Formats: sequence, C-alpha cells, structure tokens
Amino acid sequence: MIKHFLNLEWKQYFRSSYWQKSLGLNVLLVFFALWFIVMFLSLGFGLLFVLKKTYPDQDPFVIANGLLFYWLMVDLMMRFFLQKLPVMSVKPLLTLPIKRSTIVHFVLGKSALSFFNFLPLFAIIPFSIMLIKEGYEASQILPWMFALIIVVLIINFLNFIIEALSSKTDLPFLPLLATVGVLYGLEYFNIVSMTSLVGNAFMGISNNPALILIPIALLAIAYAFNFKILREKLFLDSGLKSKVTEVKAADLSWTNRFGDIAPFMQLDLKLIWRNKRTKSSVFIMVIGLVYGLFFYPQPIYRDMVWLFPFIGIFVTGIFLINFGQFIPAWDSGYYKMLMSQNIKYEQYLRSKFVLMILSVVIMFVLSIPYVYFGWKILIAHFAAAIYNIGVNSHIMLYGGSFNRKKIDLNQRAAFNYQGTGAVQWIIGLPLMILPMGIFALMNWLVGFEAGIALLILLGVAGIVFHKKLMKSITQRYLDSKYKMIDAFSQDN
Amino acid sequence: MIHTKDLSKTYNGTTVLNIEELNIPKGQSFGLVGNNGAGKTTYFSLLLDLIKPTTGSITSNDVVVDKSEDWKPFTSAFIDETFLIGYLTPEEYFYFIGDLRGQNRADVDALTSQFEDFFNGEILGKKKYLRDLSKGNQKKAGIVAALIGNPEVIILDEPFANLDPTTQIRLKQILKDLAKKQGVTILVSSHDLMHVTDVCERIVVLEKGNIVKDLETNPTTLKELEAHFSGSMAAQEEE
Repeated sequence: MIKHFLNLEWKQYFRSSYWQKSLGLNVLLVFFALWFIVMFLSLGFGLLFVLKKTYPDQDPFVIANGLLFYWLMVDLMMRFFLQKLPVMSVKPLLTLPIKRSTIVHFVLGKSALSFFNFLPLFAIIPFSIMLIKEGYEASQILPWMFALIIVVLIINFLNFIIEALSSKTDLPFLPLLATVGVLYGLEYFNIVSMTSLVGNAFMGISNNPALILIPIALLAIAYAFNFKILREKLFLDSGLKSKVTEVKAADLSWTNRFGDIAPFMQLDLKLIWRNKRTKSSVFIMVIGLVYGLFFYPQPIYRDMVWLFPFIGIFVTGIFLINFGQFIPAWDSGYYKMLMSQNIKYEQYLRSKFVLMILSVVIMFVLSIPYVYFGWKILIAHFAAAIYNIGVNSHIMLYGGSFNRKKIDLNQRAAFNYQGTGAVQWIIGLPLMILPMGIFALMNWLVGFEAGIALLILLGVAGIVFHKKLMKSITQRYLDSKYKMIDAFSQDN
Repeated sequence: MIHTKDLSKTYNGTTVLNIEELNIPKGQSFGLVGNNGAGKTTYFSLLLDLIKPTTGSITSNDVVVDKSEDWKPFTSAFIDETFLIGYLTPEEYFYFIGDLRGQNRADVDALTSQFEDFFNGEILGKKKYLRDLSKGNQKKAGIVAALIGNPEVIILDEPFANLDPTTQIRLKQILKDLAKKQGVTILVSSHDLMHVTDVCERIVVLEKGNIVKDLETNPTTLKELEAHFSGSMAAQEEE
C-alpha cells in the first residue's frame, strides 16, 4: 500500500505544472536548504569551542542544556509558520479498499521525513561527537542525543496539533504566540526558570538513560493525538458537509470613488474577508506592525542604521508581499470567467495595485509611533513606504504574470492546509534585501540622507512611470493569458 | 454572425478539433451534439478565446476573437462552475457581472426577477454563498448570469446536465423565448438529444473533432440523430 502512495506522491509532484514551470524557485529552495545545512553543521562543530571561550569556567554541556529552551521555542515558531502538514488528496482513496488508518499513518510518516526534522540532526550529531571527543562519557551523551532527536519529532507533531486546533479560529497564530510569549515571560521575569527546567530535564536523561522513556511516551501521545484528529477528518461527510455560513454583507460603497475599478475592489475586499487563506494575510499585518519591536528597543540595533529600511519595507509592505505574490492566483478559481468577461485587464490589475498601495499607506501611518525610538526610523520607514509604493508594488504585479499555481480558496477537503510555506517567505526576501543593500551602500559611501534620498527617488520614479509600467505589465499578462488559463484549470 | 474558417486545435500531435467552415447566422439557436471528446467544449473555449487555435480563426460579428477583445461586450457564456465566484452570494455575483456589462442594480434586479420560477426560490435572498449551493443551483445562477446585459451571443455548455426535470423544462422555455427575441444567437451543447432538438433550430454533430452532420431541425431530426448515435455505436462494436 505504501508503495502505491509513494508512487502517487511522486507523480503528483513531478507532473504538476508548478514543478515544471518554476524550476528556478526549486533551485533557490535547494540552495537555501544547503545553506541551512552548512550553518547547522558549523554550529554543531563550533558550538563547543564558542561555549568554552565564552564561559571558560563552566561546564559547556550544562550551558548547552540551558540554551535548549530557546532553541525549542524558536523551532516551534519556525515550524508553525513554515511547515505545513503534507497535503494528500484523499477523497478518491476513501472509496477504495484502503484502511483509513493506513492513509493517516502514511501522511504522518511523511511529515516525519520533513526537512525540518533532518536539519537539527546536522547540529545535534556533530555536537555530540565533539562532546564525546572532549572526554564526556558516551553513555551520557548518547541518551541525551537520542532524547533531543525524539524531542525534535515531538515538536514536529505538536506543531500539527497546534495547527489543527488553531486553524479553525480567525487568529490562527495567536494561541501559539501567546503560549510562547508566556513561557518566555516566565523565564525573562525570573518567575519560573524555563531554561533550567528544560536544561535539568535533559541533564536528567543523560544521567539516567532510563528516563528517555518519558520523551518516547510523549512522542507516542503526540502521534496518537494527531492520528485521532486526522482520522476524524477522514470521513467523507466531514469533507462534504458544507458549513453554510450566513452572509454578512458589509457596505463597500465607499470604493465607488475609485471609479471604474470599484467593482474589482469590492470583489477583492470580499475575497480577502470571506476566505480563510486571505483573511490570515490581514492578521499577519498585525505581526508585521510589531515586527520592529523585535529590533528597535535593543540598543545594538539602534546603531545599525542600514537595517532600518529593511524593517521599514517589512512593516509597511507586509500585506503587499503577502497578498501581492499570489496575484492573480487568488482569482484562479474563476479566471476563465474573468477572461471571457467584458473587462479591461488594466482595470483588473489597477484594482489590485490600489489595494496594495492603500495597505502600505495605512501600515505607514500605523507605524508612525516608532518615532519614539528615533526620528531616523520614521524617515527610513517613510522612504521604505515610498519605495514599496513605487517599486515593490510593480514588481509584485509583474511577478504575478509568472504565477502558475492555482489556489483553492474553498478549502473544503480534509487535509487541505494548502499553500503557504517556506516559498512564500523566500520570494519576499529580495524585495526587502535589495532596498536595504541600496541604502546601506549609499549610507556607507555618502551618508544617511543620501541613502534615504535614493530610496525615495527610486520610489518616486516608479510612481511617475506608473502608467508606462502598468502598460508593459498588462502586456505581460495578455501574452501569458492562455498559459495561465491552462495552469489555473489544473488541480495540482 | 459567427464565422469559423479552417479552425483546428492540436494537442501534442492529436487533433481534437478540425472545422473547415461553419457559419452561424445572427439569431439562430444552434445546438452542438457529440460524444465525449468530440470537441464541443474545445469549440466553445476557442470561441471565448480561452485557448489558442492551432490554425484558422473564428470571427464573431466581424471581430477575430483571438486578435481583438471587442467581441466581449456582446458575448456571454456559462461553461462550468469555474465561471462562478464561490465567495459571493448569487445577488452579489449578478451585480458584479452587471457592473462589468454596464448594467446598474435596478437593471439586474429587473432581469433576475423574471427568473423567479426558474430559481424555484432557492437562489435569491437566501444569504448563502455560491460555493455553498448545490451543483444544480449553482448552474441555475450561472445560466442566468450569462443572460445579464442583453448579450447578442449566448454560449451554454451542457446547460441541462445536473438540473432536475422541472428545471430542465423551464430552461427549455427560457431558451425558446430567447430564440424568439430578434438577434440573439444561442449556442448550446448537450448530450440530451431530445432537449437539443426541442430547443435548437439547427443541430451540428461533432465526431472526433469533425463535423459529420449539419441538420435543420424538423420532426424527424430526433429519429435521425438517434439512428446516427446508435449507428456509431454499432460501427464501434464491429471494429
């Protein structure tokens, strides 16, 4: 049975139009994966020396255990945003003579093979080897190593439980943020020392290898819980039973002032508000808004002026990046209809453009309080907003014409956590790093004002040439019309 | 009105449609029948410029459809459920289509109110999203949406499929009423020979992408079509 599933997976992956058309993206992903592997390897081999140098009079093994709490928290957070439960189209399988439990075991087993689970091994194993070479007892280190590997798997399954439970709510990431925040707070304000709690637990395992049964039991519980959740979802009626929601129509007549693009703007606003996928990109704006708080309160970052535009682009452009990169895939479900309707492509695109610009302006206004951390930050954010409006918005629209992946907004089928993953964030990086690089260079060569001026200049240039740019972007869309229609009518 | 010349569509060396010449005059109600894979949907997709013809072209009202977009204002279609926007209510969808076709809300309301019988009380005022409607009700909404804005060319792919018997009969009446209106060209495809002969003045049979029959509808047409399709079945069995 597993053989058949693997065969299906293979075909699904390599026969999808996505794979065939975005080889470049795949190459980029591989590059990132290699980069992280190298990073983790050097962490694994180098950590011991770093610890010995920084804390010469303490036991590096104890210190490393003390740091584990932070690592586990970061791991959990990263996974929540980047790792999704592998998708499998189960509907066709349900009527076939396959045990439901087989399907669930397969999906869960597949998730255990995720890159996120292998990556820590590149740090854990070298570090353990280094410790043993350093003279630690292998009988102590080996149980510790296995305990860590098991904990990585526990996090893997814990993440899916959190996702499954929180995906029903409107603010899916809030429970996790709250939990992590509380745990971190307990540590930070010295209420409960989470670091020593976690550290002692691992020390305990290494001193008394029999205790490793506890993480194994936890892993079994996490797996069983996942199994239960997924199995319940596997019944056809839970996929078919349509949750009929009463429509709450909002008054969108204010969009009429935008003239001929008003119908599209109303459609886009409904699109955003009435679908889970798009709705979450609104709530991610909140995260974007507080993103600066990770940096600005700390004095180290306040001197790193070159970082400001990067944060500015992120804060003011988070909706633009999140929403923009799926243009026009948001409309993929009914793209054929749009193409046969009496519409002008330019209007359709302009509506998306206006929406993105509005979000940038709103985000900039909301981020004005950052001026508390220094007026330079406000100016940098302003320049970043202009850059977003003039440059990044057009790049997003242009990039959309290469979009070949359908988005299923309805999300009815079980197992459908489709879409957002690591790729989404990687696409956003150049949009932030390029302006940061430009600014950093000018800042270094000439000065702060020159860097800001250049960013604003680029943004203004984009605004001035807006009409011209839109014309060529529209042409791109027209040229790839048939390809897009074809790709959007495929299911995978 | 619709002039097809040397049209062909080839996918990886397989020709799925090959029409040397087909003229559909203004105001005709035109039926397309054929087995699966005969090329009905391909022809409609070409007519709507959703796929590119390999050779030849379709001219609609002197507009070459894959060269200019000027055919769009007078053409409307409902091919399948992907023409619907799932997260809108039927009313919102009608208004959206109306906006695109230069009709205000009052115009759209006036039109949709004519179809209350057809909707059977299941579409309007239900406060449901289109994605939550049954297949049949989705189809009803899609068909009526294709009638918004006084189009001169109406293309419906398999309009009878998925509809209950009552609605099928009502739809036939709607199509007949439209055909009586001056200047509205209706293109319908169907697997139901009886419905199609009932509704259409002219029926073209496609087989593996080629036109094999072109009939003016008369009382014997249904018999002739049935003979044709059971004949092609017999021919296949002989092979």
